[in-house]
Amino acid sequence: MSVAQDTAAPPASRALGYFKRVARWHPLEYAFWLGLVAVYFVPDVNIILLGQILIWGLFAMSLDLLLGYRGIPSMGHAAFFGIGAYTAGFLGKYGWTEPLSGMLISMLVAGVIGLATGRLVQRVAGIALLMVTLSLNLIVYDVAHRVTWLTGGDDGLQGVVIQPVLGLFRFDIFGKTAYWYTLAVCFLLFLVARALVKSPWGLALLGARENPRRMIMLGAPVERSVTVAFAIAAAMAGAAGALLTQTTSFVSPPTLSFQRSADVLVILIIGGTARLYGAFIGAFVFLFMRDWLSAVSPVYWYFWIGLLLVVVVAFFRRGILPTIETALTRLRARQ
Amino acid sequence: MASAATVLFNGIAYGVLLFIMSVGLSVTMGMMNFVNLAQASLSMLGGYVVIAFTQSYGVPFLLSLPIAFVLVGLFTIVIERLVFRYFYGTDDLTQVLLTIGLVFMSIAVATYFWGPGYRGVDVPAWLTGQTDVFGLTLERYRIFLVIVGGLLSIVLIFGLERTRFGAMVRACVDNSRVANGCGLNTDLIFAITFAVGGGLAGLGGALSANLLGIDPNFPLRYLVYVLIIVSVGGMGTIGGTLIAGLALGIADVGGKYYFPEIGSFVIYAITALVMLWSPRGLLGRHQ
Repeated sequence: MSVAQDTAAPPASRALGYFKRVARWHPLEYAFWLGLVAVYFVPDVNIILLGQILIWGLFAMSLDLLLGYRGIPSMGHAAFFGIGAYTAGFLGKYGWTEPLSGMLISMLVAGVIGLATGRLVQRVAGIALLMVTLSLNLIVYDVAHRVTWLTGGDDGLQGVVIQPVLGLFRFDIFGKTAYWYTLAVCFLLFLVARALVKSPWGLALLGARENPRRMIMLGAPVERSVTVAFAIAAAMAGAAGALLTQTTSFVSPPTLSFQRSADVLVILIIGGTARLYGAFIGAFVFLFMRDWLSAVSPVYWYFWIGLLLVVVVAFFRRGILPTIETALTRLRARQ
Repeated sequence: MASAATVLFNGIAYGVLLFIMSVGLSVTMGMMNFVNLAQASLSMLGGYVVIAFTQSYGVPFLLSLPIAFVLVGLFTIVIERLVFRYFYGTDDLTQVLLTIGLVFMSIAVATYFWGPGYRGVDVPAWLTGQTDVFGLTLERYRIFLVIVGGLLSIVLIFGLERTRFGAMVRACVDNSRVANGCGLNTDLIFAITFAVGGGLAGLGGALSANLLGIDPNFPLRYLVYVLIIVSVGGMGTIGGTLIAGLALGIADVGGKYYFPEIGSFVIYAITALVMLWSPRGLLGRHQ
């Protein structure tokens, strides 16, 4: 649609045209999701690792809503992942074994706690925000670690039972059902996130990230958007946690460790923020590298992860996906 | 059975250690707004320096402490010139990620050179064992720590409040652009402050080798405590850092002794509350 046409149309339909245009699916997007379906049929593919990558990708995508689109860093995002994981675990252990409703309840619990957290921190910024989210993460970890009669402590939650999905597909030891279930949940939540960020609400979120003072002048609820973004991001992180529990029938305190909060930040930064896909690409790169490095250099592989982080922050601060995008645009301009 | 006074004293000794590890970060963060999570890695390096000098070269423990201070300080200058100075203007998150990457690297490097296990250090006989002070039986090493910490606090506060260089540092903390505009060589002041802060972190690690032991995961274990002390005390304030360090030390030791089931929960909760109530810390300067 050309600019001349745009300005000729009445404002309402012009805005509608804008949102329609940004929501249009790019061919590469179809390729991405079809590729995830197709990869299942590749012989000898490590389907369990791929499932893990999707779970990390969903987790990083939830952080992207908060950090990428609203510009709010959280050093404690694993708290919500772990809350979702433990909720799904408790449900499975104490009789609520149906996975889909278990997933929804886990998302709800994580989302409500996220809403409360967002309300708490909506005015805080900078170091203080990092410290508050970090402290909350450590508190949740400490509780899960110490309340052994409830959580099993370091041994984790034993005896989690999950029924077959839709009563038809049993979770098998090869991770086949787990992969399809994970892919379906990730795709659905991706659609939700995509619809959100391409909506007027998503645009307001970007506005509040770029210039909060001006957004206040326009009458947009800048602080409330932090709370809402926190709640949505927490619910999606909870879904990723629930996926991990349901596909492995096990939860333990590392699901909400500070290490995981740091890892998910690293994944998102490597992949690129405010892209949604950056989260999945970052998860792919990070987990493959971790898998490979821990095999090549079992003792020192963290050195290479650290070096990767330093190099990415120093030279590709925007992440892999935006760097590729810029390169492609430049290439196209030259032709 | 330890009395309440002994627990309190042990907490103070631990708090002094945490203060020495954190104070450099507090000043540099106040000055450059640079979030350096690798501060705890510098402490680990200080600890290893003392272990290496006392055990391999037979240097006396007391002499190895200033060596650790100087070597880690010099090392900090190298890192500052090579890496940190390119990241002064960037946002908090970039700095956090950069320095977490450096922490990961430091852990692997420490494992490579010194092995994965705990290493302790031998202190002179007159620092071991216990002694009676005012009817309390106290460990001599902890008494030594409290004395060192007290002297260091006096030197630091005097240096910052009463010397010409201290005035320059305070000017940079308050507003480095204006300080630069007034003709101060802010780059040089940054570098020296960074070096002294790093050296102090190294000294803190050197002093903790006997009490806490040094292993490659030392930075990850103490990184959070250092951050809590700096942010709760208020960046750029030595008094606030001292108060927060002592409070954390007493709360940690006392909490573990009297309420082991509650654990670190209270410390984190207080941190969150302080940050929500006063984002610039207890004694932080409000802008």
